[in-house]
Amino acid sequence: MAAALLRRASTSPSASLLRPLSGRLFSSSSDESVLSIETSVPFTGHKIEPPSRMVDTTPKELLSFFSDMALMRRMEIAADSLYKAKLIRGFCHLYDGQEAVAVGMEAAITKADGIITAYRDHCTFLGRGGNLVQAFSELMGRQAGCSNGKGGSMHFYKKDASFYGGHGIVGAQVPLGCGVAFAQKYNKEGAVTFALYGDGAANQGQLFEALNISALWDLPAILVCENNHYGMGTAEWRAAKSPAYYKRGDYVPGLKVDGMDALAVKQACKFAKEYALANGPIILEMDTYRYHGHSMSDPGSTYRTRDEISGVRQVSQERDPIERVRKLILAHDIAPASELKDIEKEVRKQVDDAIAQAKESPMPDASELFTNVYVKGYGAESFGADRKEIRATLP
Amino acid sequence: MASLQMAALLSAPSTPVPSDRVRLGALRLSASSSSAARNGGALVVRSEAKVSGGGASARGLSLITHAVAEKAAAASSADSKPGHELLLFEALREGLDEEMERDPTVCVMGEDVGHYGGSYKVTKGLATKYGDLRVLDTPIAENSFTGMGIGSAMTGLRPVVEGMNMGFLLLAYNQISNNCGMLHYTSGGQFKIPIVIRGPGGVGRQLGAEHSQRLESYFQSIPGLQMVACSTPYNAKGLMKAAIRSENPVVLFEHVLLYNLKERIPDEEYVLSLEEAEMVRPGEHVTILTYSRMRYHVMQAAKTLVNKGYDPEVIDIRSLKPFDLYTIGNSIKKTHRVLIVEECMRTGGIGASLRSAIIDNFWDYLDAPILCLSSQDVPTPYAGTLENWTVVQPEQIVAAVEQLCK
Repeated sequence: MAAALLRRASTSPSASLLRPLSGRLFSSSSDESVLSIETSVPFTGHKIEPPSRMVDTTPKELLSFFSDMALMRRMEIAADSLYKAKLIRGFCHLYDGQEAVAVGMEAAITKADGIITAYRDHCTFLGRGGNLVQAFSELMGRQAGCSNGKGGSMHFYKKDASFYGGHGIVGAQVPLGCGVAFAQKYNKEGAVTFALYGDGAANQGQLFEALNISALWDLPAILVCENNHYGMGTAEWRAAKSPAYYKRGDYVPGLKVDGMDALAVKQACKFAKEYALANGPIILEMDTYRYHGHSMSDPGSTYRTRDEISGVRQVSQERDPIERVRKLILAHDIAPASELKDIEKEVRKQVDDAIAQAKESPMPDASELFTNVYVKGYGAESFGADRKEIRATLP
Repeated sequence: MASLQMAALLSAPSTPVPSDRVRLGALRLSASSSSAARNGGALVVRSEAKVSGGGASARGLSLITHAVAEKAAAASSADSKPGHELLLFEALREGLDEEMERDPTVCVMGEDVGHYGGSYKVTKGLATKYGDLRVLDTPIAENSFTGMGIGSAMTGLRPVVEGMNMGFLLLAYNQISNNCGMLHYTSGGQFKIPIVIRGPGGVGRQLGAEHSQRLESYFQSIPGLQMVACSTPYNAKGLMKAAIRSENPVVLFEHVLLYNLKERIPDEEYVLSLEEAEMVRPGEHVTILTYSRMRYHVMQAAKTLVNKGYDPEVIDIRSLKPFDLYTIGNSIKKTHRVLIVEECMRTGGIGASLRSAIIDNFWDYLDAPILCLSSQDVPTPYAGTLENWTVVQPEQIVAAVEQLCK
């Protein structure tokens, strides 16, 4: 746990997410012994040989998966309550059920690799090292938010961790992501960019345009389709003639991955990074599921049944990512069930503390309305674009 | 010996000889971008440029002595005026070339900009000089390559995205409006988008409705964007350089009919200010505000007006967003009458916004209503006569001034 704490402390300076727990009987925190675990389902490849089903991991990594995903899950549930309490307004798209994609991806890459996603970005932001206070403040539109309260739920960014957001318009982030990959190739950085999009966005023309250019120029771009089977209220089979999104790249190889298995995601992302650095773009389709509706204004039950949701989660398919990792931890005697319960309680407390702290942050100043529209003080012998802006006095 | 001479050449302030710095650009000078600092006043290139002698001599060029000697003779024999003459598209290319040389993060993306040399020859020769990774031929996919330009700008590259015709950038409107204009704000200042989006627009010679669009009116309300319109070789080069150096996204509007304008421009390096308007002809009776091609119609009308005894002050506003209300205001305070001549449509055009801005700020100085001559609110017809009636002609400008000054 200490090592995990250290790792976490270096990425989130303000919040200490987990305090050390005592009374350990099982091997865990600093245990780096390698475990080889089989993924739930094998990978399916399109024009590529899929990687092996056996994933190498360590008890430490599995525990970090558990606590990270528990944190993300708790954050999203808390955001749900905050929205209903009208502290979060506008759009709020929740990621619970899909945590394994964020967490598995982080395990396979570094902060030099870029991630760009659409509006379901809260957990990706956390995964990139963002902290809870910044996240909740931004959701509530406060000054302490990661975008100073001016972005909102759909506009989380973290430049120092190569997290490029946070975008509201469906599909528009994919050309941006390919542009980031272009810059990485231009600067010879040896890094890749993961451009995430959903099954709804997969039908956007600009995706294929960007894919064509990336394939032509051999850019280290990895397009990741987080297929949760619903584009807002429309099921994938009603929106896509060919819902095999990993095959849609045609000349670009693709891999279909069980997106609710963090280890499978980690293996696929590692594989994709190696491939992209050597050969150019590749598509990953993460087969995942969201428990909430599309956003907080969507109950999520008009176009699918509650039985389906609970079926995927625990009843028939038992694909919930956190439960899966919990079973692995228990099966391999990495930690007792009580410790996992303690982690969850701890996480709950962290989230509650962060919300309390975020509520104390003030709303942005009126003058913030006009800041960061332009970059001031740029260019040659010029006056700055705001030289003649009209300043209104706000009531 | 050769490299010493080269170094001396480059570090010397303006002498007639370094005008050939343009020609010498054919040698692979690798200037470190951080070293070229900017002076307060006249901009002179102080570069620690290192000549990659290997490359140049490998091509068998006897670099320094011949080039300097010959060109110096040619320059002095051609005429005694300083500077060099070139066409507007060459001025744009010169500006682009100088910036690409100075800063390795500048790259160009667009259709046919590389091997073909650009459909209006603005990027001709740059691909051979800088290679395929810096001058990129894109497929016909405006939405995505503009998006890619913006994405790479987020990381710190400085792409220059060319729309073969400004009208094609309508396909990239989402990227320009939402990502380009807004990312600096929505990320709380984390990301800068130092991109330049440029291309020819405006009504040409019977190009048809879809290829004669004026996008400045559509882009003007996008917050976070800056817009400039060039009209002469001098300001084309200066604005191109300023746009590339700017940390903000800049849309540079060129005009299809102005590419072959010839002018003598200085040899020294210069960068213009992006928000300044240009005083074309000082006067006393009326302020005529214009930009891009209409400047020339206005100047033609000005000749007639002078013969009739009027003294118009002509200002090329150049900066379409934000307006240079300082220069414009000083002019209005002097003349008290304003005529706006633009190529945009009447509805929702640059003139409409400019009129509002003038009324808001300078109402007390006006002696007459602001007249605004714009293009008709119609798709540009193909037939030549009809096309002429779509845009403002010099006779209409003369009539408007006469009406204003009654």
